[in-house]
Amino acid sequence: MLRFGVVVFPGSNCDHDCFYAIKQFVSKDVEFIWHKSREIHEFDCIVIPGGFSYGDYLRTGAIARFSPVIGQIREFAESGKLVIGICNGFQILLECGLLPGAMLRNTSLRFICKYIYLKTVNSDTPFTSSMEQGRVIRIPIAHGEGNYYIDPDGLAELKRNNQIVFQYCDANGNISDNTNPNGSVENIAGICNKAGNVLGMMPHPERCCDPRLGSSDGLAVFQSILKSLTVSQ
Amino acid sequence: MKEQEVTLDLVLEHGLTEEEYKLICSILGRQPNFTELGVFSVMWSEHCSYKNSRFWLKKFPTTGPRIMVKAGDENAGIIDIGSGLAISFKIESHNHPSAVEPFQGAATGIGGIIRDIFTMGARPIALMDSLRFGKLSTPNVRRLLDGVVRGISHYGNCIGIPTVGGEIYFDPTYEGNPLVNVFCLGIMRHEDMALGRASGVGNSVYYVGAATGRDGIHGATFASEELNEKSEERRPSVQVGDPFMEKLLLEACLELLQTDAVVGIQDMGAAGLTCSTCETASRGGAGIEIELAKVPQREKGMIPYEILLSESQERMLVIVKKGREEEVEAIFNKWDLHAANIGHVTDDGMMRVLFNGQKVVEIPAKQLAEDAPIYQREFKEPAYYKKCKSEDLSAIAQPSSYGDILKKLLGDPTIADKRWVYEQYDHMVITNTVVAPGVSDAAVLRLKECEKLLAMKTDCNGRYCYLDPYIGGMIAVAEAARNVVCCGAKPLAITDCLNFGNPMKEEIFWQFKNCVEGIAEACRQFETPVTGGNVSFYNENPRGAVDPTPVIGIVGLIDSQDHVTTASFKKPGDVVILLGPIESGIGGSEYLAIAHGKKTGALPEFDIELEKRVQSVCLKLIRDGKIKSAHDISEGGLAVALAESCILGGVDSTALGASVDLPATSQRLDGVLFGERQSRILISVDPSDVMYVDDFAKNNNVPVYKLGTVENERLQISCSGKILIDERIADIAKVFRSELESCMS
Repeated sequence: MLRFGVVVFPGSNCDHDCFYAIKQFVSKDVEFIWHKSREIHEFDCIVIPGGFSYGDYLRTGAIARFSPVIGQIREFAESGKLVIGICNGFQILLECGLLPGAMLRNTSLRFICKYIYLKTVNSDTPFTSSMEQGRVIRIPIAHGEGNYYIDPDGLAELKRNNQIVFQYCDANGNISDNTNPNGSVENIAGICNKAGNVLGMMPHPERCCDPRLGSSDGLAVFQSILKSLTVSQ
Repeated sequence: MKEQEVTLDLVLEHGLTEEEYKLICSILGRQPNFTELGVFSVMWSEHCSYKNSRFWLKKFPTTGPRIMVKAGDENAGIIDIGSGLAISFKIESHNHPSAVEPFQGAATGIGGIIRDIFTMGARPIALMDSLRFGKLSTPNVRRLLDGVVRGISHYGNCIGIPTVGGEIYFDPTYEGNPLVNVFCLGIMRHEDMALGRASGVGNSVYYVGAATGRDGIHGATFASEELNEKSEERRPSVQVGDPFMEKLLLEACLELLQTDAVVGIQDMGAAGLTCSTCETASRGGAGIEIELAKVPQREKGMIPYEILLSESQERMLVIVKKGREEEVEAIFNKWDLHAANIGHVTDDGMMRVLFNGQKVVEIPAKQLAEDAPIYQREFKEPAYYKKCKSEDLSAIAQPSSYGDILKKLLGDPTIADKRWVYEQYDHMVITNTVVAPGVSDAAVLRLKECEKLLAMKTDCNGRYCYLDPYIGGMIAVAEAARNVVCCGAKPLAITDCLNFGNPMKEEIFWQFKNCVEGIAEACRQFETPVTGGNVSFYNENPRGAVDPTPVIGIVGLIDSQDHVTTASFKKPGDVVILLGPIESGIGGSEYLAIAHGKKTGALPEFDIELEKRVQSVCLKLIRDGKIKSAHDISEGGLAVALAESCILGGVDSTALGASVDLPATSQRLDGVLFGERQSRILISVDPSDVMYVDDFAKNNNVPVYKLGTVENERLQISCSGKILIDERIADIAKVFRSELESCMS
């Protein structure tokens, strides 16, 4: 069975949600990884969940990057294994340099929690492989700093390498300023690294796996991971 | 700060009376020293001792087959929900701090109520907020709303507990006196229940969590006086919240409670270390001795008075079994938290405090915690009561356009969509939110531990309570219950937050007494015991007191996902039905206030027996699968309820409309459309179920009216064929959705 590890930093608060969604719908083999842990190589996929690691008082993810587990995650990622950072997890991946760019505060300067639409603009990653190119999913966001920024050169490189995975859109997949909830450059909601095995995304797929909660669109992300891991094994 | 000589002036400055001081001297058999005076002053403040309210609070029903821990015995009550599970919930005020420092005032309110719940052994899974402000046209009110919402957002989002519901009213009565009442609910297995008791001589007393500073000294005393122009100077009495610290404390305490090393646990809220030590000792029938020099401190040179009275946040007191100390320290060490062994349990019933080995406090714990004097305050019916009640409203003109009034009401911030607020709160974390804010009459949460669901809501219309405190109190409970019934839940129990003016004023106390009696009677009728809560007096500034506002937090149990019902219409062709009476007066209504600028009149007739029948018929029909939508008729009356049922289901542009024809009436049409008579629920049903629903309601002696059908695009309301309102849903939805945001930007 495929093993999922959910990292717990002090202040992580979507750790239980990720754990529950994976256990319920994806794989029975899921464990928490305490941030001081130094042994993570036995996992197949590492999930860095949302929350407010260390309170995020300084800058989101700025302190979490110094946790002992980060070095392990770096090695894990370099070996080609799958790492997904959701919300605060995405912010942490940016801070520790596993993904390019940075997060600014939402342009409204307010926390935003609501359902939005997300377009899958790259279905050729291990995190989107079970979704067709251009598929629109309905998924919640919940963040105060989700305004993704990257300089023009960096943006060009992201595009050249096909690293943009998700963009904010409307129900019909149209991408415009009106469908940008937080001011992100080019409505970017999720990116991967060059190798394609590390994904960061602001929206919360773990919150929309159970249809009882209003949408089960997020399941596609976890099913994609499962599919690509099964193929590679 | 320096120690001072205890004089009568100093006693009065501490908010104690001369008689209370005499009582203290007789308890001690001597005069108190400066530190002891401080200790008595906070424990015997209104905020901690309920000395002016306790006599009347005894009127509340507090027992029932599901009650595992009843009101007043512990930090919060505990209610059995079956399947080996229990819930603990409570509402509390943080009004005064929020008036002078809205962000931290609201944030620390959230922190405090969360600690009250996890100290019982429950994992907090939901927050709600009941807020009251003046009119948004005042810049200061906008500042307060913005600060309070940011404070709640900051604390709740960071700690990761969803804010799933609540309500906000805007009324001039709250100008300068905002109300910030916060509710938290937690869930536990029966065996995980923890109590705030110190017992077992020699057991260790641990201080865990954040270090103590000088913040919040005399917060409890501040909460026990009226606001005035000098209240700004009280800003240092407001504590500063650290939700990250509380998240660590929450996880560490719940981990700790999974061991059996703990005898008792209590949070340090109002009156901090003082309250937690004497209350745990008193409940456990023991004494307690602590050494203040061992208390983690973040400021230098604090004297015992300051350490004992500090209300620094995110701290707990834990009584640990002798010999298990290392285990406890290891858990707090893992979470990088202080855990200091500051003393032990004794058998002499004394709260004894040492500072560097010198005895600085020695007070009988039980008498300090429980023997504050109980006063029976004088009360007197205010002159306005009979005047308002007998006010002749027949001269009030009918509006020239009912459609314009409908739009005005839908855009009134009290009625309008609160999206601007709840989108700043994480209302989905913990992934239990089945019915989110802005969708229905109450929030609904699934439980991962069983098949059942919980519905919850806070409610209170202060204007009704002003016009008729007894009926208003009953209505607060009835409407809260009706809200969860509309979601498919059976009401279980309530918690209350009683916000009033200065209890020393006889007319204020009359409002208080009558509200309490009304709530108590309604709780008996609905079999929803009071599980705890809070009294907040002195919500008063030089311009006057707030309207009596006894906020009710209610929780109901839904047996199955299939019973979850929302307020929005579902499908064109469904039949729109009113359960309950159709005619209503306009006394006390939002319509009368908004369209005519009047806060007066007799409340529309309220019959609690009818209310019970309406609720029980609605719940039975929901459980039998006969109801597709259910919406409580409240502020704005039948017309606003119809409009909301059309608008609420709309994702993007898919909202439905309705076409209804009201039966001919001899009553005022504005009353039929906008009056706020209670005991009414607007439902929609499949055409094939209409006969069944009609018969069932009539057989149970509930008035029932087939009003019309669900349609597309427009809301048309006529009365015996004459069109009264005909509006495009897109237009009224725009007003409903955007008014609050445009007020705030």
